[in-house]
Amino acid sequence: MTKNEALVKYCLRLGDSSLILGQRMAEWCSNGPVLEEDIALSNIGLDLFGQSRIILTYAGETEGKGRTENDLAFKRLERGFFNNLMSERPNGHFGDTVARNLFHSAFTYHLYKKLSSSFDSTIAAFAAKSLKEVTYHLRHSGEWMIRLGDGTEESHNKIQQSVNNLWEYTGDLFAMNKVDELLISEKIAVDLNEIKHLWNDTINEILERATLTRPVDGFMQKGSLNGIHSEDLGHILTEMQFLPRAYPNSKW
Amino acid sequence: MSNINNHTKEKIWEFLSEIPDPEIPIISITELGVLRKVELINSEVIVTITPTYSGCPAMKSFEDDIKSKLLENNISNFKVLTIHSPAWTTDWINDEALEKLKKYGIAPPIKGTEDKGVLFGSDSKTIECPLCNSKKTNLKSQFGSTACKSLYQCDECLEPFDYFKCI
Repeated sequence: MTKNEALVKYCLRLGDSSLILGQRMAEWCSNGPVLEEDIALSNIGLDLFGQSRIILTYAGETEGKGRTENDLAFKRLERGFFNNLMSERPNGHFGDTVARNLFHSAFTYHLYKKLSSSFDSTIAAFAAKSLKEVTYHLRHSGEWMIRLGDGTEESHNKIQQSVNNLWEYTGDLFAMNKVDELLISEKIAVDLNEIKHLWNDTINEILERATLTRPVDGFMQKGSLNGIHSEDLGHILTEMQFLPRAYPNSKW
Repeated sequence: MSNINNHTKEKIWEFLSEIPDPEIPIISITELGVLRKVELINSEVIVTITPTYSGCPAMKSFEDDIKSKLLENNISNFKVLTIHSPAWTTDWINDEALEKLKKYGIAPPIKGTEDKGVLFGSDSKTIECPLCNSKKTNLKSQFGSTACKSLYQCDECLEPFDYFKCI
């Protein structure tokens, strides 16, 4: 694998995770539990789409085959996507979304902080820009986590169940392979073992304030690094890609 | 080359400054800090802009408005580039524009107070109501009518209002 090939893969993983989570947020549009949350979740989605555009455009340029951000978003199949498994978990009820977003945004928050000093200037710019937005996302999900966990008996039990259900997908966030190895040695990528410690601290603090119990690490799902996904990604893509596939090259 | 069709860099900057923000039309793209640079290179005009938020839907409209403004002024050889570094910050909004925002009913960002706190309760800044100037206000939602604003309510005049949040 050349450095260039590794860089393309790395960018796809960053961009795909934002894109797929953004699509999940878009599913909330007009379905939020209250108007403010409908707007908040849609706005988070908008930020995520913006972030994925920056980095998918760069992936296409680096690849050098003329693929644009749109080609990458709308013309790949499941196995060509490298988003982490957390980002494709279904929205479920509001608490499920809050827990998933917390796990994901705590990860990107710490990752982008470190990536802001990547030796690749585009990745550094992407990370510095995205960090400002992700800080708000983390705050949003963290606050709701505490409110629901330290809320009523019903909200507490429900959000604890959401945390338990999602826990087996947290391991995949920190999975690394040869792509990382190569790019870490070039000071382009960040060692995710470092991020894991920071993520643990943030998650532990929030769970504690939310009076919730951190699940014990057990079986962990994996596969996204090789494009192996849950069934859910296929359903996301059918909805997301329908229009450009049914009406290729149409514009409005 | 220092001018194109008798336009200098400064002149182009000046007429591009007339372009308003599509959502907040009382402030312009230069006051907002979205327009970063105008260059004349080999008889081509290069305009550089940066998004406020990476997903800001207004970017397309900024770009289109810049294109039509240039064409209006008989400039057809141009490029509009988007950069992401340095990342846009609310500190780039000039003082005059902050005053305009307030008059428009949007509480302006408080300079140099980027919301770094990850958990709630960790920042205790007071946002003044742009309508009655009361300091007794409370945050209703981190996310308001657009990505760059959050929603507050005044405890005295009871009116809801937007706060241009700091990034």
